[in-house]
Amino acid sequence: MTSVEFRKDLFADERDDTLKEIGQPTIRQDILGHVTGRTAYYDDHLFDGLLHMRAVRSPHHHARIRALDTSAAERMPGVRRVVTARDVPVNLNTLLSLINFGRDDEPFCAHDKVRFKGETVAWIIADTERQARDAVREVRVDYEVLPHVLDPEEALKPDAVVVNEVYPNNTFDYHELYDHQKMRYGDVNAAFAAADHIVEAEYQMSPIEQAPIETCGAIAAPEQNGRYVCHTNTQALFFSLGTTAKLLDLPSSRLHFIGGTSGGGFGGKVDSIVEPTAVLGAMLTGRPVRFAWDREEEMQAGAPRGAERWRIKDGVMRDGTIVAREFTGFFDSGAYMRLSPYAIVKCVGHIPGPYHIPNVAANVYCVVTNRTPATAMRGFGITAVDFAIECHMDRIAEVTGVDPVELRILNAYRDGDMKAHRRVAKNTALIECCQVAAGKAGWPISAEAAAQSSLTGGGTPDRVAIPETVTDSEGRIGDRRAGRVTETAPAKTGTGRVAAGTHFAAVGGAPVQNPDMQIEAERIGHAMGSAAQAPMPQSPQPAPPQPAPPRPAMPPASAPAAAPPRPQPPQPPAPQTQPSQPPAQQPQPQSPPPAATPDRPYAPDKPFSRGTRRPGSSPFLSGTRRR
Amino acid sequence: MARTPLTFTLNDAETALFVDEGANLIDVLRRGAGDLSPKQGCAQGNCGACTVLIDGELRLACLTLAETVEGRRIDTVAGLAGGPDLHPLQAAFMDGFAAQCGFCTSGMLMAARALLDRTPDPSRDEVIEAISGNLCRCTGYEPIVDAILDAAQRMRQGGRRAAQ
Amino acid sequence: MLTVERYDTMAEAAGAIGERVHYLAGGTLLMRAVNYGYPGIDRVVRCREVPREIRTDTGGIRIGAGATMADLLASREVEFLHPVARLIGGPAIRNMATLGGNLFARSPYGDLAVTLLALDAQVIRAGGAAEPMESFLAARDRARGLVEAVIVPRVSAGEFRYAKVTRIKPKGVAMMCAAVWLRGAGRPSDPRIAWGNMGAGPLRAKAAERALNGASLDEHGIAPVLAACCDGLDPQDDELATAWYRREVAPVHLKRLLLGGRR
Ligand SMILES: Cc1cc2nc3c(=O)[nH]c(=O)nc-3n(C[C@H](O)[C@H](O)[C@H](O)COP(=O)(O)OP(=O)(O)OC[C@H]3O[C@@H](n4cnc5c(N)ncnc54)[C@H](O)[C@@H]3O)c2cc1C
Ligand code: FES
Ligand code: FES
Repeated sequence: MTSVEFRKDLFADERDDTLKEIGQPTIRQDILGHVTGRTAYYDDHLFDGLLHMRAVRSPHHHARIRALDTSAAERMPGVRRVVTARDVPVNLNTLLSLINFGRDDEPFCAHDKVRFKGETVAWIIADTERQARDAVREVRVDYEVLPHVLDPEEALKPDAVVVNEVYPNNTFDYHELYDHQKMRYGDVNAAFAAADHIVEAEYQMSPIEQAPIETCGAIAAPEQNGRYVCHTNTQALFFSLGTTAKLLDLPSSRLHFIGGTSGGGFGGKVDSIVEPTAVLGAMLTGRPVRFAWDREEEMQAGAPRGAERWRIKDGVMRDGTIVAREFTGFFDSGAYMRLSPYAIVKCVGHIPGPYHIPNVAANVYCVVTNRTPATAMRGFGITAVDFAIECHMDRIAEVTGVDPVELRILNAYRDGDMKAHRRVAKNTALIECCQVAAGKAGWPISAEAAAQSSLTGGGTPDRVAIPETVTDSEGRIGDRRAGRVTETAPAKTGTGRVAAGTHFAAVGGAPVQNPDMQIEAERIGHAMGSAAQAPMPQSPQPAPPQPAPPRPAMPPASAPAAAPPRPQPPQPPAPQTQPSQPPAQQPQPQSPPPAATPDRPYAPDKPFSRGTRRPGSSPFLSGTRRR
Repeated sequence: MARTPLTFTLNDAETALFVDEGANLIDVLRRGAGDLSPKQGCAQGNCGACTVLIDGELRLACLTLAETVEGRRIDTVAGLAGGPDLHPLQAAFMDGFAAQCGFCTSGMLMAARALLDRTPDPSRDEVIEAISGNLCRCTGYEPIVDAILDAAQRMRQGGRRAAQ
Repeated sequence: MLTVERYDTMAEAAGAIGERVHYLAGGTLLMRAVNYGYPGIDRVVRCREVPREIRTDTGGIRIGAGATMADLLASREVEFLHPVARLIGGPAIRNMATLGGNLFARSPYGDLAVTLLALDAQVIRAGGAAEPMESFLAARDRARGLVEAVIVPRVSAGEFRYAKVTRIKPKGVAMMCAAVWLRGAGRPSDPRIAWGNMGAGPLRAKAAERALNGASLDEHGIAPVLAACCDGLDPQDDELATAWYRREVAPVHLKRLLLGGRR
């Protein structure tokens, strides 16, 4: 029987139990739709004249495309359009370009090379799904099969094939400096030398498919005024909208995205592939187009949680106290970066797990291989390392003979402790969690362990101080391929020292934490100052003549009238006024709207653009970003 | 393309339409008959989202050649309530938080209904067996099994009340 | 392009089967191929007549090829097959999947075919010709026509043993399955051991069968059987297990089976 037990005795004074909704059981607001079958998922929108789009996919891990012959497919019954890389207006992207992270490294449709099995090389649009499937088989691709690499450590070798030319070392370049993300805190090597035991082990995790019961899919259709509606099950509606705008070189005002209802996602529906595909199909045919992955595509071409390999080396004292922990981690990003480099940044902030360890070092590599690109999944960036850490804790318990639960309580971080990424730990509840779990499992723990609390004992001067930190500059970009470095673990000898108490060092330490949830006006995507806004018209003015936007049926090649937004060069921030006095609320002379020109759809004189033009802000998206 | 005429009863309604050669029942129910309550999760029999009753027997609509249901009766979740009140299974699923994304729910409900139609007082193991062809990736099976047992109890009590 | 043809009798339908032409039974495998547009299916043949009767016949029990797993489970006649049928798919699959289709199912499917191989069943083709299961399975890819029924010997409880090893419970495809017909109440005489997923299709472990002949069913007596258990088999690497793993664990499962649950 399921029974959720709320342990309200713990941290009782940190909670208010008089709230009406929070902390009270409630019935999901959408569940009536679920049990009556009326919840409308993306595919529950019916369109007359719906066309079906299917991808032609690479059967090879790595191959050069010598030639692509679609003529036979075009002659197949029911085929409306064969779509290739040439039809994609902006055929190079990286997902996180929307937040200015990473280089564009992934063609939306492969044209020169395929870099993983299942990569898209063309699409077919046909009257029925079956006709589309039949025509997919008629596309002739002349591949020159290339050697491939499927293991991240193989890919790091100097003679490994270059998978993705945008990252010629098969690694993501961190801070334009290193081929891995570094984390240094204290001096692990000195601590290893002083430790009673050294415990070392390797762990690895295979790729894991999110496997939502509803596969990824989208339906797009031309709307009025040159717009396209897109019903999608994306987990990231505005991300998908921004990506579609970029790939298809469309102002986002021409995209009407409807989503929010998805049949499970778990991270597998953030990659924004099906939406631009369906919209492209609708643009090229002028018809509603459905692009939905079948289960095989979801498994093979859909991005999983990537494979990871971890080596952990701990310095441990006889009583179980961990004095140093060193990580060497490899994320298999697959053929393209997508979210993996970012996952590593998050992962490194999580290291060394929920424990107070005074000396920590990590080298984490984001490696390009010929596997299906990896993406988000529950516990983004930390699942595998947590698995490794907790297995390792058990190993330490074995080596030291300390009870595994008590070992965790002994080393657990407590409120006020400094963590390795130089953030003070708050709301740490590991000790209580261990105590409750031990109680539930009938696992006896000592009275001393049972008396511990995460609220006390933390944040003492020695636990909150940032230690003097040993640094090194091993593993610069390109060194590995040139054979100048082969070691992947953190350097054995340091070449620099950062003074104790230093938050931010030249090696790329993190700045001091901002108080949570405090809005910084200059980082919000919305313009708050009057000077940043266009002045309201003072008197009626005839609208300047505007060319009509392209008709839906026209391919994007026929130049859109309004120039689409392009990434803007950095501009100085707009001058700010008091946010409490938004200009819109100031009295303005009333002005009738400009006279509408009949028989011509409305078109803005400037392309609509969300967000602001400020350094670091995305031209495609608005919204708040926290550091 | 040749199209085949097809008539069947869908949740009490006579339905007549034309189907493509080789069309499966899930497609015909959804796009042809406009009953969007059964879902398609795999089109290969693995997930159970498309589960319906054909002449009272549990079937997978994705693996059923549409034209084989000529003259037969099909029940889907859209017809489960059968009036203004929810079916006890639906009420129990709501109260017991037995759905998150809801994509598996239609199939789960039909599998549960097929069980309770024949076994009004199932054991926990029988419930587990009855939904063993239906995958849920969000909710976890425990709340679903609990909800089905709860519904069975509600139906037995309801039945007793009606008999009194 | 796909077309569907409809016939009244099995004999007529059998005549229509040929290259790229497939008979639709329960559809659990065929419709999957149709849905995914797998090549090699141009025509689907339906037949109004569905032989699904289960009855006593000369030489054993005759089971119509159209009998579903649910039909088998509803029949007292073939109670010894219930442990096999009960573990195939979920309830909806069992309402659809037929015995006939199982004879053609590729790895990792075909649990019932493995069982029928161990039971020395006879295959009756539409038209009446009979053939032993073993030669039928070996040539099934080239088979034309239709299967009308199988005839299985009547087996008493305890004489037949079956184990299916899955990764998922209660429903899951077989990582491997083993069916043993001891034949005889005491020491096995001319026994059969058949494996699923220890090769391309259902396979008999003939060396192990010879070792089992006349052996006593105890730890010592079955040692030679276990030693020979994988001889002549050809396990493969797939998503469910590696060939190495299969060879390692096959004797373990066979031992449990022969010792009747004891380890
Ligand atoms: C989710 C799922 C789980 C499954 N689990 C299992 C399992 O645990 N164990 C297992 O063994 N199988 C399993 N299967 C596979 C399958 O359901 C069974 O093997 C089933 O018995 C196939 O029968 P069918 O009637 O559905 O075959 P169909 O799909 O109708 O036909 C399969 C093939 O056999 C041919 N055929 C069928 N009948 C005849 C006949 N009488 N004469 C000549 N040719 C014929 C057809 O032409 C076709 O090529 C599973 C399938 C699914 C989808
Ligand atoms: S869609 Fe039918 S079982 Fe998954
Ligand atoms: S609720 Fe999402 S799959 Fe079951």
